[in-house]
Amino acid sequence: MTENYTALYEQHKIAGASFTDFGGWQMPLKYSSELAEHHAVRNAAGLFDLSHMGEVWVTGPDAGAFLDYALAGKLSAVAVGKAKYSLICQEDGGIIDDLISYRRAEDKYLVVPNAGNAAVVAAALAERAAGFHVVVDDVSAETSLIAVQGPNAEAILLQLVPAEQHPLVTELKYYAAVEAEINGQELLLARTGYTGEDGFEIYIPNEDAAGLWDALLEAGAGHGLIPAGLACRDSLRLEAGMPLYGNELSREGNPYAAGLGPVVSLKKESDFVGKAVLAELKELGAGSTSGRKLVGLKGLGRRAGRSHYPVLKDGNVVGEVTSGQPSPTLGYPIALAYVDVEHSAPGTALDIDLRGKPEPFQVVELPFYKRQK
Amino acid sequence: MAKVVAELKYSAEHEWVAADGSGPANIGISAVAAEALGDIVYVDLPEVGSTVTAGETCGEVESTKSVSDLYAPVTGEVTEINDDVVSDPALINNDPYGAGWLFKVAVTEEGPLMSAEEYASANGGEL
Repeated sequence: MTENYTALYEQHKIAGASFTDFGGWQMPLKYSSELAEHHAVRNAAGLFDLSHMGEVWVTGPDAGAFLDYALAGKLSAVAVGKAKYSLICQEDGGIIDDLISYRRAEDKYLVVPNAGNAAVVAAALAERAAGFHVVVDDVSAETSLIAVQGPNAEAILLQLVPAEQHPLVTELKYYAAVEAEINGQELLLARTGYTGEDGFEIYIPNEDAAGLWDALLEAGAGHGLIPAGLACRDSLRLEAGMPLYGNELSREGNPYAAGLGPVVSLKKESDFVGKAVLAELKELGAGSTSGRKLVGLKGLGRRAGRSHYPVLKDGNVVGEVTSGQPSPTLGYPIALAYVDVEHSAPGTALDIDLRGKPEPFQVVELPFYKRQK
Repeated sequence: MAKVVAELKYSAEHEWVAADGSGPANIGISAVAAEALGDIVYVDLPEVGSTVTAGETCGEVESTKSVSDLYAPVTGEVTEINDDVVSDPALINNDPYGAGWLFKVAVTEEGPLMSAEEYASANGGEL
């Protein structure tokens, strides 16, 4: 696999980042301490390079109807200016990716898949477009994505937006997007994120990304903003109970087992890819394919469970951890795991097999962490 | 770049050994290893009075991202462990060659150890 570099690679090097491969991209794992970066996002603000994410425009008179067919959610019902979290499924109900779609006009959506899936999703959309009046345009290669996340994100962003446009930012709702002038440039600004905090994501052409990155760092210097890597992005999203494709979501799993049933719109009158099988899976209930469903686990000791560690009940394997680590905010270990449905009720005592030693955990409601509004 | 202390000896598994022959050897993990692990949140050390064997695992170091085995760089009886580092594992990141030391061993035999120069050139550390 060829290694991809974002337009901000030099910025990361200058900031002293250590890098990791993620979905075929060399991405900053951390700059100094992933714990410090995690706490900065919870208490002040963090700056993320998410340019590895994909961007696919879907344009044309059938755009809404097409996405209703291609995705599991009812995208035609999304108001212009709003966004929706959705899934793209296989015919057998398996999850190809989870993605966010922004409706930018009656006939225009921006679909944002995960890094490692961008090409696959773009190809699946193009294939499913047959018979619809739409154009599917994958602009991932020329588009950068910068996120400012944390309680100070709005104050930082406002410094780069002209005063007359401040209401565009302050009145922007969660899961909505707007065109705004940022750092002297008209850009797509979304109030979305993957951290459990308030925050923004800004789409920008590659050639302008470094300038905006530097401007945001400067604007945020007095607000505790620091660059934040993928290590803390993972711990932040885990605390917020958000699934990660490849860990919690896969082609072998299905939306119901993953707790994403509400994302699937079976009420949609029109057909969509996977509908028939998903309707059957829903009838059978959560965990119908593997007998397992996704739950949150809270550690009662100090040791953390990690991806692929077995989950035990009275010494018998009843599940497997998909993501787990010590929670920096909460101070105890947390994990997401698929466990047998009969052991999935909140309050159930389970163990995680930590390399031969059982460590006590308890099933808890998700998310682990919810910010105070 | 991560610091490598000239007066110490190092194992291939990134433990450092401070031994002047006058008493038990002090053992910790190098700054190179601490940096690679990330923020350390848990450490499992051998028990005082137990015997560790050079090249064999004797504990675990857990960071936010991963768990790594701790290998004994020498053979002998553990005479003391650093209780401070058990309650505050961040000491390993902050001061790997000082307050972040792990345990002491009455050495009967050393495992294969490198000089600081050898370790630094093999692992990209800075003397």
